[in-house]
Amino acid sequence: MIDAKDREIIEALQGGLPLVSAPYAQVAKTLGLDEDALLYRLAELKSRGVIRRIAAAPNHYKLGMTSNGMTVWDVDDARITKLGAQIGALPFVTHCYERPRALPDWPYNLFAMVHGSDRDEVEEKRAEIAAILGDACRAKDILYSTRILKKTGLRLKTKG
Amino acid sequence: MTLDATDRAILNRMQDDLPLTNHPYAVIADDLDIAESDLLNRLSRLKDERIITRFGPFFDAAAMGGAFCLCAMAVPIEEFETVLTKVNAHPEVAHNYERTHRLNMWFVLATETPEGIAATAEAIERETGIAVLQFPKLQEFFIGFRVAA
Repeated sequence: MIDAKDREIIEALQGGLPLVSAPYAQVAKTLGLDEDALLYRLAELKSRGVIRRIAAAPNHYKLGMTSNGMTVWDVDDARITKLGAQIGALPFVTHCYERPRALPDWPYNLFAMVHGSDRDEVEEKRAEIAAILGDACRAKDILYSTRILKKTGLRLKTKG
Repeated sequence: MTLDATDRAILNRMQDDLPLTNHPYAVIADDLDIAESDLLNRLSRLKDERIITRFGPFFDAAAMGGAFCLCAMAVPIEEFETVLTKVNAHPEVAHNYERTHRLNMWFVLATETPEGIAATAEAIERETGIAVLQFPKLQEFFIGFRVAA
């Protein structure tokens, strides 16, 4: 769980980290903390997994990756952990998860998001995934996104 | 804008973790063999051009006591816009995509408590009369996206 000071820190950083030489010092100042205290708090939040990493979110569309396919696979449960790690390590896979099946409508338990400049490129990449999964895969499908209906970041309520 | 080799190297490196030190960008610049000021200028430009949508901490709602869940609905085409309005009206709906499948609406719920997922999914089912299938993550396999360097 997070305390009130952590919450203030998270709120201050939701918009991003400043692109200046001493970004933590700048954020610390707005929070009335000294830089070391903020760094200590951030290290703590990281060790608890509240902060996963401090990094850039790339815009796939701006990078020419305009085709986005959610590839889904019905993978043998006994082999999914090993195979999932292999699929997640592919450079063109942005997100890769094991999720529960929803039978009978939905037999798939491995989800891997693939981006490409067009659907042909996404299909080529999908074939690479199929080759890795081999006979551990019993069924597969791909769902292209045709429209972004909503996109917002994580927003904390102002009071928790 | 066109990206040169340095921009691409920056884009790849900045998807990994930034260190918690007084001058974190200087550490990265050093790795990339460029000046800190060059890195900061290029990052600002990548952000202004929206090639980087955001630079900063990625938070895990689950570790804060909250939860995320991918959900899907099979929405009849003629009801799509009406259902969309009802679904998006929930602040817990973080992302929502239309996809090519009978299950044609896929969204992520982000709630401050684990119970919030079921409560929001049930509210949406009640309001729309359509089942909300829940696909919480069981395992994550992550490396991230890389541009050709």
